[in-house]
Amino acid sequence: MKVFMTEYLAIDLARELWQCRRCDHEIGPARGNYKEGLLVYDRDPREIHRPLLDPAKYRLTFSPHPRWCRILEFYCPGCGTLVETEYTVPGHPPLHDMDFDIDALKAQWKDRPPMHEPAPAPADEPPLKRHCHGHSH
Amino acid sequence: MTQQTIDIAAESLSDDERALVDDFLRDNTLFLAPDREIMRNHAHGPRSRDEERVLSGEPDPHALNLVRGRLYAALDETYDMVEQMGTAPGAKWGDLVTGIYTARGDLSAISPKGVVVFSGICHYPIKFIAKYWAKDPTVGLSEGDGFIHNDSRYGNIHNTDQSMIMPVFHEGELICWVSSTIHEGENGACEPGGMPAAAESKWDEGLKMSPFRIVEDFQIRRDLLTYLQNSVRDPKLQYEDIKVKLHACVRLIERIRAVIAKYGKDAFVGCLRKNIEDVDAEVRRRIREMPDGTVRVQAFIDGTLRENCLMKWNFSVTVKGEKMILDCRGSCPEFTNRSINTTLASLKTCLATSYLIYIWPDLPHNMAVFSPIEVLTDENSLLDASFDAPNAMSLTPLFKSFSMPIYAMAKFLYSAPKRYTSVYASHFNQPFTFVYGGITQHSEVTGNFCADINGNGGGARFDRDGEHAVSPIFGYMCDTGEQEFNEEELPVLRLVSQHLSKDRMGFGKYRGGLGYEQMITARDSDVWGFMTGGTGSFHPSAYGLFGGYGSPAYPLAKVKDVNVFDVLKSNPRQFRFDMVELMNEQALEGATYGTYHMGMTFEPAAQGEVYMICQGSGGGYGDVLERDPELVMKDVEEELLSPDLARELYFVVFDEATLIVDAAATAAARDAERKARLARGRPYAEFVADWCTAEPPEDLPYYGSWDDPKVIWAGQGETRRQLDADTLAGIMMPNPKDLRIAELEAEIAELKRRQAGA
Ligand SMILES: [Zn+2]
Repeated sequence: MKVFMTEYLAIDLARELWQCRRCDHEIGPARGNYKEGLLVYDRDPREIHRPLLDPAKYRLTFSPHPRWCRILEFYCPGCGTLVETEYTVPGHPPLHDMDFDIDALKAQWKDRPPMHEPAPAPADEPPLKRHCHGHSH
Repeated sequence: MTQQTIDIAAESLSDDERALVDDFLRDNTLFLAPDREIMRNHAHGPRSRDEERVLSGEPDPHALNLVRGRLYAALDETYDMVEQMGTAPGAKWGDLVTGIYTARGDLSAISPKGVVVFSGICHYPIKFIAKYWAKDPTVGLSEGDGFIHNDSRYGNIHNTDQSMIMPVFHEGELICWVSSTIHEGENGACEPGGMPAAAESKWDEGLKMSPFRIVEDFQIRRDLLTYLQNSVRDPKLQYEDIKVKLHACVRLIERIRAVIAKYGKDAFVGCLRKNIEDVDAEVRRRIREMPDGTVRVQAFIDGTLRENCLMKWNFSVTVKGEKMILDCRGSCPEFTNRSINTTLASLKTCLATSYLIYIWPDLPHNMAVFSPIEVLTDENSLLDASFDAPNAMSLTPLFKSFSMPIYAMAKFLYSAPKRYTSVYASHFNQPFTFVYGGITQHSEVTGNFCADINGNGGGARFDRDGEHAVSPIFGYMCDTGEQEFNEEELPVLRLVSQHLSKDRMGFGKYRGGLGYEQMITARDSDVWGFMTGGTGSFHPSAYGLFGGYGSPAYPLAKVKDVNVFDVLKSNPRQFRFDMVELMNEQALEGATYGTYHMGMTFEPAAQGEVYMICQGSGGGYGDVLERDPELVMKDVEEELLSPDLARELYFVVFDEATLIVDAAATAAARDAERKARLARGRPYAEFVADWCTAEPPEDLPYYGSWDDPKVIWAGQGETRRQLDADTLAGIMMPNPKDLRIAELEAEIAELKRRQAGA
C-alpha cells in the first residue's frame, strides 16, 4: 500500500520505500532521510526573488541577501520535479524534516482502505437554503 | 534562599510544619511576581467538585447545547459592542475578543469572530487573581469587581493589549469569569503607539499592569483611572476603552444570568466544562490519527528591529500515540536589551492559536486544544525569556510562531484520510504596518498603529492560490480599516493606500496571496513621526510548501528632504504612484532616496516626506513548473506578474499581446527546465560534503544552534561565543548608534592620519 506523504512523495509500506509520486522513482528507504535520494541545488535567492529596486542604487531591493539566505532546491532524480525548497543559511546542514515511525505507520494503515488520491479539502459550507413557503401559484 | 532549597527543606517537614512554613512565606512575600506554577502550565485543570457533581449526573445534552448557543450569541454580541464602540484603531478593525472562563479560570469559549490569542492568554491573570487577590484581605473578590491587566509576564501577548476581567457570582458563589481584550495601542512606552522597538529594558516599555482592581461595584475608580491616563499619551483612549470593555463584560454577565434563569446553574456550569473536555478528547483522537514520528522545521529571523542579525527559530513536532511534543530548544538566546523577547506563556498561546486557525479550525476555540500538547524550550531563550527581559515587541518571534505549526503539520497531515481543513502553505507572518505618533490636526496627542497589520497575504493551498491581503496571521475576522476615516482623525495621507504589489509573491504551482504597497506621508502637523516593526528584509519571512517558494524580502523605502505636496502642485507628472517606479526613477529634485530594513525606530517625519512599505505575500505551494499556464496568464493579465517572470520562472511560452499560450512550446520549455535541473542538481551526499560547515559563516551575526541544539552560537567574528543551551544567559547588544559613531571616528582618525602623512 502507498501512503501519500506530500504533494510529491509517497511511502510504499510493503517495500518500505520513499517514492516519487510523479514518476514512481524509488528515492530511498522509508526509515531513512528521503533527501539523501534526491538531487540538491544551491539556488541564489536573487534568481527567484528578483531585485525590483535597482541594485545599483539600493542595498535592499526585495531580493533576499545571498549571504543571509540560500534556497536549497531538492529535485527528483527521475523526473526533475522540485520536491522541496529549503530556505536556509549558507553552510547550514539540510534538515532531516520527515522522520516517521514506519512500524507505527504500517499498524495504522493496516485497517485503513488504500487511497488512490490524497483526501480532498473539506467542502466549503453549502449556502444556507432559503426556507421556501411553497406557494406554487 | 532559592525555591529549590525551600523545596528540599520542606520535604523533611511534617504536614503541620509545612503548613506553618507556607503560611509564613505567604504572609511575608515581598513582591508577588508572576507565579511560575501558573505561568508555566498551559493545560486546563481537573474538574471542580461542582463540575464533577454536574457532569457525573446525566446532564441533558439538548439543554447544554441550547446553553452553548446562547453563550456564543452573547459572545458575538459583546464582540460587536466593542468593535462598534471601541476607540482604539485595533478595536475598530477587529483586534479584540470577549471570553468566558470556568470558575477555576480555564478558558471555555470566545466570541466566534474574536482574536483567539487574547482570550487564550487571559486564563493566566485570572488564575493569579484567584490565587492571590481573592484571599487577600486588602483586595478580595466580590460581585462587580473588574480587574485590568496588560503585563505579558502575568499572561499577555504584549503590553499594548489591555484586558478587563470580571468574576461572576450566582447566589454568592463564584461560577465563572468573563473578559474583554483590545489591542489598545498607546501605553506610555518610550516610543508612541505601544510597540516600542527602541525599548532597552522593561522600564522603557510603558504601563506594566499586573492584574489589579480598577472597577468596584461596576464603577470605574476615578483615582486609578487618572493614574493610568496620566501614564500614557492618549488619556481619551485609555478612559473610553476601559468603559467599553467594562460594558462588554457587564452585558456578558447579564446574558449569563438570563441563561441561568432559564436553564439553571448546573446546565451553565456543565456546558462550560463540557466545552473544554469535548475539545480535549477530540484533539487527542485527532493526534492518534496522525503518523507517529518527528517533523523538523526551522526559520530565521533577520533582525532585532535595532540591528540585523540572524536568529534561529528551531522547531520540531513529535507525535506518539495521542501525545504531541513541540520542541523549540536550540533557538536563539534572549536579548537583555532588545524588546523582541517573548515569555513562554505568550509563545504557547500563539502556537495554540495556530492550531485553532490553521490546523483544526472547526474546533470550538478554547485552550483545551493545546492541553494534550507539550512544549519544550530553553529557559532564557528568545522564546522563553526571563522576568527581566523586555518583551514589548514579542511579535517578532510570535508572528513566526503561527507559521511553525503550519510548516510542520502539513507534513503530518498530508496523508490523512480525512481533512479538517485544507493543506496550507504559510500565511505571511510579519507585523508590517506603520506605527505613528505626535500631535494631530485636532491638536490631540496620540500614538497608535495602522490596521494594515491585518492585511497579510494568505498562503497557497494544495488546490488553489492564496488570497490577497486577507487577514493577520493571528486572526481571520480583522479588517484593514477605512483610510478616509483615518485621514479625518490623523495628519496622515496615503498617496497609495492598498495597491497589490506586483511580482512580490510566493511562487509555486499555486501562488501565495499578495500583499499591497503603501505610500504614506504626514500632512497638517509639524510634530509627527512614524515607525515600523518588522523583519525579513534580508532573509524572507514566510516560506513555501512542498517545492513552493517563499515571500520575497521586503525593505522600507523613504523619499526624504522633499515636500511631495509641493511636487504635486508644481510638477505632478514627476510623481509616480508606484513604489518601484518612484524609487528607480528618482525624478524628484533634491530628494534623498533610500531603502532600509523594516525595523525603523520612531522617526520624525516632515510634511510631505514619503514612507513606503509592502504588506507581505503568503508562501507558494508546489513546483512552479506545474502551475497551470492559464493561471500564469491570469496573473499577467491582472498585472500581478511581469511577462518576464511568466517566461523565466514559470517557463510559459505565450504571445505577449494576446496572452495566448503556446501549449506545445510551454511543455517543451518545461521539459527542458526539468532536464536542466537534473544536470545542475548534485547527489545529496556529494552536495553536503561541500556545503555543510561546522559553524555559521564567520562574518554573519548568528544566534542559535547550528547542527547541535545543545550548542548555541552567539555573535560573529572574534567575538562569537558558544553557549550551553541548558544554562543560557541573555545577550546584551551594543547600541547601533555607538557602533556607527565608532566607525565614523575610525574613519576620521584614518583621514587625519593620511592628511598628516600628506
Ligand atoms: Zn520523480
